[in-house]
Amino acid sequence: MSGGTFVGMPAFPKAAHEAVNNQTLRGNLRHATHTIRGKRAKAVAEMSDWAELREAGKRIKDHTLRHLDTYLVQLEESVTAAGGVVHWAADADEANRIVVELVRMTGESEVVKVKSMATQEIGLNEALEAEGIAAYETDLAELIVQLGKDRPSHILVPAIHRNRGEIRDIFAREMSEWGRPAPEGLTDTPAELAEAARLHLREKFLRAKVGVSGANFMVAETGTLVVVESEGNGRMCLTLPETLISVVGIEKIVPTWRDLEVFLQTLPRSSTAERMNPYTSTWTGTTDGDGPQTFHLVLIDNGRTDTLADEVGRQALRCIRCSACLNVCPVYERAGGHAYGSVYPGPIGAILSPQLRGTASEIDASLPYASSLCGACYEVCPVAIDIPEVLVHLRERVVEGGPVTRDGNKVVLKPAKGHAAERAAMRAARWAFSHPGALRTGQRLASRTRRFHPRTLPGPGKAWSGTRDLPAVPAEPFRDWWQRTNGGKDTSK
Amino acid sequence: MNSRELILGRVRRALADVPHDDTPYDQAVDRDYLREHGDRSVEETVELLAENLADYRAIVHRCTAGELPALLAGILAARGSASVLVPPGLPPEWLSAADTTRVHDRADSTVYDLDKVESVVTACALAVAETGTIVLDGSPDQGRRRITLVPDHHICVVRVPEQVVASVPQALELLDPVRPLTWISGPSATSDIELDRVEGVHGPRTLEVVLVSGGGG
Repeated sequence: MSGGTFVGMPAFPKAAHEAVNNQTLRGNLRHATHTIRGKRAKAVAEMSDWAELREAGKRIKDHTLRHLDTYLVQLEESVTAAGGVVHWAADADEANRIVVELVRMTGESEVVKVKSMATQEIGLNEALEAEGIAAYETDLAELIVQLGKDRPSHILVPAIHRNRGEIRDIFAREMSEWGRPAPEGLTDTPAELAEAARLHLREKFLRAKVGVSGANFMVAETGTLVVVESEGNGRMCLTLPETLISVVGIEKIVPTWRDLEVFLQTLPRSSTAERMNPYTSTWTGTTDGDGPQTFHLVLIDNGRTDTLADEVGRQALRCIRCSACLNVCPVYERAGGHAYGSVYPGPIGAILSPQLRGTASEIDASLPYASSLCGACYEVCPVAIDIPEVLVHLRERVVEGGPVTRDGNKVVLKPAKGHAAERAAMRAARWAFSHPGALRTGQRLASRTRRFHPRTLPGPGKAWSGTRDLPAVPAEPFRDWWQRTNGGKDTSK
Repeated sequence: MNSRELILGRVRRALADVPHDDTPYDQAVDRDYLREHGDRSVEETVELLAENLADYRAIVHRCTAGELPALLAGILAARGSASVLVPPGLPPEWLSAADTTRVHDRADSTVYDLDKVESVVTACALAVAETGTIVLDGSPDQGRRRITLVPDHHICVVRVPEQVVASVPQALELLDPVRPLTWISGPSATSDIELDRVEGVHGPRTLEVVLVSGGGG
């Protein structure tokens, strides 16, 4: 997010260190992620062809990315033919300028918003506010975040770090600042909290003239956009205003209408663990007498083509933002979403943020390490993104440097400063393993002096051995033992 | 250079490593997944629809075509609705037994007018059994999208078995992407408080689905 709230975040280890000491946060996250994990497994088990759907989803997305230029042009043609206007934005600033200008042209000073990762990523709310345009978030969790002057911590449920008691307090305290106050005597039962949100937002929906959305999918052949949601706030924003502005990343395309049969089966089960989410809206341009009569589609790059240029990392663009990888991740469960310093937290964020934004900042350079590489994220991913593979690839890029694409230009990254000791150790290891004589001498020396080995490393190695045991050196190197015992056959010696 | 050309140029350069591939799209992706899950008779598919609708807290009714007017009148009376919104192409006999005030959606009806109406009755385009979903496509017997959104109580009539398909792939085959579609699976809900599903936020908080058999309507 370029809008400010995530700027200047500390590196992941520091942010995570603070988060794991927050007992309330850990309790909230543990409760929520464990609830959804069990339900997801059950919803997926109902589908005997899950593996085939997952493979098809992966192939559809890979094919689309491979021909992305063709499909973007096709999408532009079909949206235009259906009565929409297509705009292209190379980065966040350009996208924000376009949206601000489009809202200004309507003469309005407020917009209602459907939850959208893309608009969070570009910091649209802050950009609108700076121009005197109020943007009201209408998704319940986004409302909780906006009213609480907080940051999102989950892709699907941005307020996952808040429990019902905290939500009650935020509503009771803040709703009157923004419009209709919370009802007197509001309790913390979820049904009452949902009712309070309904009452608070209804007046905003009914008077709204401009809606802003993202989209889960865009169909190139028909020009159809798809929004998948639960509450009905999406339907409100997509149907009641006179003007609809949809801000969508260029990777959200699928080639054909038929392709939705895969994702409309895998997305709801992966994200909210439902057979189907309560509401899915599809629209193709504008329809006479029904819904907004003006429709703008703003296609954003903002680092996506740079990601596409990375042969290993480009698979992150298959992501359909279901958040199954967050819910299953042991690191996310303990550290929480804020520690990732991005609107994309969790395992997918750890590979997406450093590619969309580059690895120049401390937080982005640390994200590829925000993982134990356990692989649970890959197992649950409905489009089979090999997140551990990309994490290791990005670690290498941070440590070794090398060629990357930034803003469409090929540049060569310098190796990161903080990893000098690691690089030196790896260089030494490479030399030793390619010089067998030296390796043998070194191993024998290590075995003979093992009584004198310290338990922790001195100097810069201290941080490493502070949380790990140093491996014990055996009395005899393996290769000596192998030779002495004739490959282990002669065990009497 | 404008941003369109800039982005398309970046995409092409980013893909420079990818070998050229002219496989037509219908051969590029294996679709080994199922067209429907399980082997059910027509009656069993309707039964599954009823089960899955109820599982997501829709209230399910079943009746014959002849019983429909009385059933709808009964639902509206039980709810105590003073007014019911009617899409332009709703078969008039459906509400012939109801004494609830009918409000007709007109092009100049404002959202504030709609907000005063308590219930809405519509038909649907089709229903999906495996997911417990009804789909509206804005045909005259369903009306424009806003009328099934603003009132708090939606009664949707599904003609069974002819409007029921088993699966999502079968539904997409029959639907026209040019029409604005609304897929509805249960009443409005949220998972935003502690990732647990709670019914009732902005859309209709009560969804009643009437499964009509015998050429209803």
